Amino acid sequence: MSEPKTHSDELTRFLAEEGEKELVRISTAGSVDDGKSTLIGRLLHDTQNIYEDQLHALADESARGSASRQVDWALLTDGLKAEREQGITIDVAYRYFSSHRRKFILADTPGHEQYTRNMATGASTADLAIVLVDARKGLRRQSKRHAFIAALLGIPHMVVAVNKMDLVGYDEAVFERIRDEFSTFATRLGIPDLRFLPISALVGDNVVATSDRMPWYRGEPLLQIMESVFVAGDRNLVDLRLPVQYVNRPHQDFRGYCGQMVSGILRKGSKIEVLPSGKQAHVASITTYDGELDEAAPPMSITVTLDRELDIGRGDMLIHPHNRPTVNRHLEAMMVWMDEMPLDPETRYLVKQTTRTTTALISEVRYRVDVDNLTRQEAAPLQVNEIGRVVLLAQEDLYFDAYHKNRGTGSLILIHPLTHRTVAAGMIIDRQPSDQLPASMDVTRAPISRRPMRQGRVTRDEVARRLDQRPRTLWLTGLVSSGKSEIAYALERKLFERGKLATVLDGGKMRRGLSRELGFGSAGVAENLRRAAETARLFNEAGLIAICSFVSPVAKLREQVSEIVGPDQFSVVHVDATPAHCEARDETGLYRQAREGLVQNLAGWNSPYEAPDEPDVYLDMTQLSIDACVEKILEFLERTQAD
Amino acid sequence: MLIETPDGLFPRIEQVTMRHEKNHYHIGHLRSLEAESIHIMREVAAEFKRPVMLYSVGKDSSVMVRLAQKAFFPAPVPFPLLHVDTSYKFEEMYAFRDAFTKEAGLNLVVHRNEAALAKKANPYDLGTGACCGFLKTRALLDGLAAGGYDAAFGGARRDEEKSRAKERIFSFRNRDGGWDPKNQRPELWNLYNARVKRGETIRVFPLSNWTEMDVWHYIHLEKIPIVPMYFAAEREVVDMDGHLIPVERFPFPDRLRRKPVRLMCRFRSLGCSPCTGAIRSTATSVPEIIAEMIEVRTSERANRVIDHDGEASMEQKKKDGYF
Repeated sequence: MSEPKTHSDELTRFLAEEGEKELVRISTAGSVDDGKSTLIGRLLHDTQNIYEDQLHALADESARGSASRQVDWALLTDGLKAEREQGITIDVAYRYFSSHRRKFILADTPGHEQYTRNMATGASTADLAIVLVDARKGLRRQSKRHAFIAALLGIPHMVVAVNKMDLVGYDEAVFERIRDEFSTFATRLGIPDLRFLPISALVGDNVVATSDRMPWYRGEPLLQIMESVFVAGDRNLVDLRLPVQYVNRPHQDFRGYCGQMVSGILRKGSKIEVLPSGKQAHVASITTYDGELDEAAPPMSITVTLDRELDIGRGDMLIHPHNRPTVNRHLEAMMVWMDEMPLDPETRYLVKQTTRTTTALISEVRYRVDVDNLTRQEAAPLQVNEIGRVVLLAQEDLYFDAYHKNRGTGSLILIHPLTHRTVAAGMIIDRQPSDQLPASMDVTRAPISRRPMRQGRVTRDEVARRLDQRPRTLWLTGLVSSGKSEIAYALERKLFERGKLATVLDGGKMRRGLSRELGFGSAGVAENLRRAAETARLFNEAGLIAICSFVSPVAKLREQVSEIVGPDQFSVVHVDATPAHCEARDETGLYRQAREGLVQNLAGWNSPYEAPDEPDVYLDMTQLSIDACVEKILEFLERTQAD
Repeated sequence: MLIETPDGLFPRIEQVTMRHEKNHYHIGHLRSLEAESIHIMREVAAEFKRPVMLYSVGKDSSVMVRLAQKAFFPAPVPFPLLHVDTSYKFEEMYAFRDAFTKEAGLNLVVHRNEAALAKKANPYDLGTGACCGFLKTRALLDGLAAGGYDAAFGGARRDEEKSRAKERIFSFRNRDGGWDPKNQRPELWNLYNARVKRGETIRVFPLSNWTEMDVWHYIHLEKIPIVPMYFAAEREVVDMDGHLIPVERFPFPDRLRRKPVRLMCRFRSLGCSPCTGAIRSTATSVPEIIAEMIEVRTSERANRVIDHDGEASMEQKKKDGYF
């Protein structure tokens, strides 16, 4: 064995350097064909990170599997038995090795289309992506796919390694052709740091040391790039985001808020604000097992105490008072679908973002991305391994930044409420006011395809005969304060006096219960109308006349409402009044707030109102009294009683 | 571990180093790993009703305990430690376990498969596979069920063994404690999926991204107590097919015994005494162990008899519920 050690100085220096080594996470993707495993094996071997017994086991297995005497590096990197037998890589495998200056964690992922999700998993935390291209085959789908995923998951540095240069005679022209083609493709990806490098993993050219077989390449070998890529600058040290993970309260005198610094710098004594309460306090201490700190930076896990008692729990966030993330229930994200069960617009998924967990609906898929040519495909429910841009509506506010600005607060996962599987990963896209989100009810199942729900033994006709009325829905549309609700309730009373049963549905009723969690942006308004329409339909099925009073400014939405209720029993009443008339009799205060710029999307004022082209009843509110309006509607009802 | 490269090849790195010096917030990889592990532990404490920490008495367990102390300081560790005891551990391990947990004020729960032990289960008669099955895997599953634990920390690292390289940090186990390697939950960023139904559990591996070197280095920096068996001493051992098995008092047939020899040796990883081999070594301190690691080029589990039962033996054990 070894003789007694005398190198204590050397060892001390080694330990000091070892502790300060920087941790760099790398992702690779590709199949065995590309030589990915060979490259990794080569890196591990040439940096002396493979142990002798592993090498022996490797040699044994290589000999068993193939006639060639060359060591098959894939056997080292493909860990699972099924993978070794089938010769494929099906999951992310992590490799660990180190050099003089750095520790590397390498996430090794399969390159096939059906493993897009694994690729995304490996890329999610990576600082550097190594994209492999086979010099003989040129730029193929798989390499493009990997580059796209790497860019989507925000990996800041990318090295394109053109491999198997030994098989193309180390020809510079081959390398340049691939580089040019890739550069053209990559301009659309917006990769901040992109480099190209010719290698032969099998022979070892330009992997650890510069190869003299390619004197035309003047750059660094791969390992040197891995060592020198400046990753510390990728951290966001500006925007303080400390999601509260755990409240530590061992006794009455200590209340600490634990969390891992996502971004920004937290200093003792500085003023912070708490989301969602908006309350402010000063940092009394940054407590750790190793003593108190004056400041903390990402990725430290710390415990903070404040100078005053505030009600703070898991999922809250500590920020600087003048640097807030977006606080909203609505967001748009690029989403990688990861589950065999496709995206279902009616499933309320669990969403986990920072330390918050709530539920969310995907209210729209805006488009799918064809990863192979980076084009947008028409929206459809995302299937496994598909990527698309979605609109997400959460039950509660989330505190987020755009993913490209902050990976920690811009990322989220979706968990299926029943299977508990992680079904999707989302990268939040730049803030977009919720009133600019699409007004659409694509959430709705197409009413035509619905099987008739009424399966009881009481028929609709029987109910109608018993109540002596024709169940139908009257849809009153018009500006805020045009008089819709007054007319609706007066009409309900009149009908009751005539022995008819009617009921009013309006914004107030819906928002108090059924639509309690919805916002007032376009998407929230659309969803509220959808629910109102479904409710009116149910009332009609129970034999009632539904009088619905909603601004419903968008013609397309009213058409969809009509589809849901059933066009045969649906009539539109246009309550027409000028904005000035409405403002004069306004009790909601919305017009005043709109004048002050506080309300952004008041129909007819600062957002469009699309008047119905051919309403069943037209009411000119500048001419008619409420009673006159009610009379006109009653006339209409009588006239169409038999239709 | 160290790459031999001429210094002249690194013109860019000087530049980078200077930038680091200006950057007051440089955080070395050990502190990064520590922060990640603490985050994982707090996540478990926040999301599960009854977590437990599997405690194997080994060096990785010692590191895990220290990380837990850090995660919840100044509060005590908010979950118990569970030692799944085969009864075949070394005397020094039992002594260390009791002293260490007492001094740290930890709540230690010990679970054994008493039924199997009553039938004198041992690796010589059953073979290592069946013995591990009864005394480790079965005992572990029973111990977890007995405590009603819904999450269990383990000290396994991805660099230990190739099936472990694919393990998630939050690793889902079905009602039988089994692992389905082909159907794992995707795990992105540090957003861990902690959802389980009754009877299902999550095994949590806070040291996933640590290497053996990192663990030793951390033990050195943090002065973490470990079982003295990791240090070289003169010990009486028997050479069993190349594995140096220490002589302890066991009720095994004499036919299996060979002539013991005394030599300087230490243990690189600790398991049950009949199945754990020592390596020849003179390293009596942590820095010496680290120095030895740089020179000795065999992987850490090479002296564990159980891993060599078959090519995929660890993967099979994990599917059955082993850690």
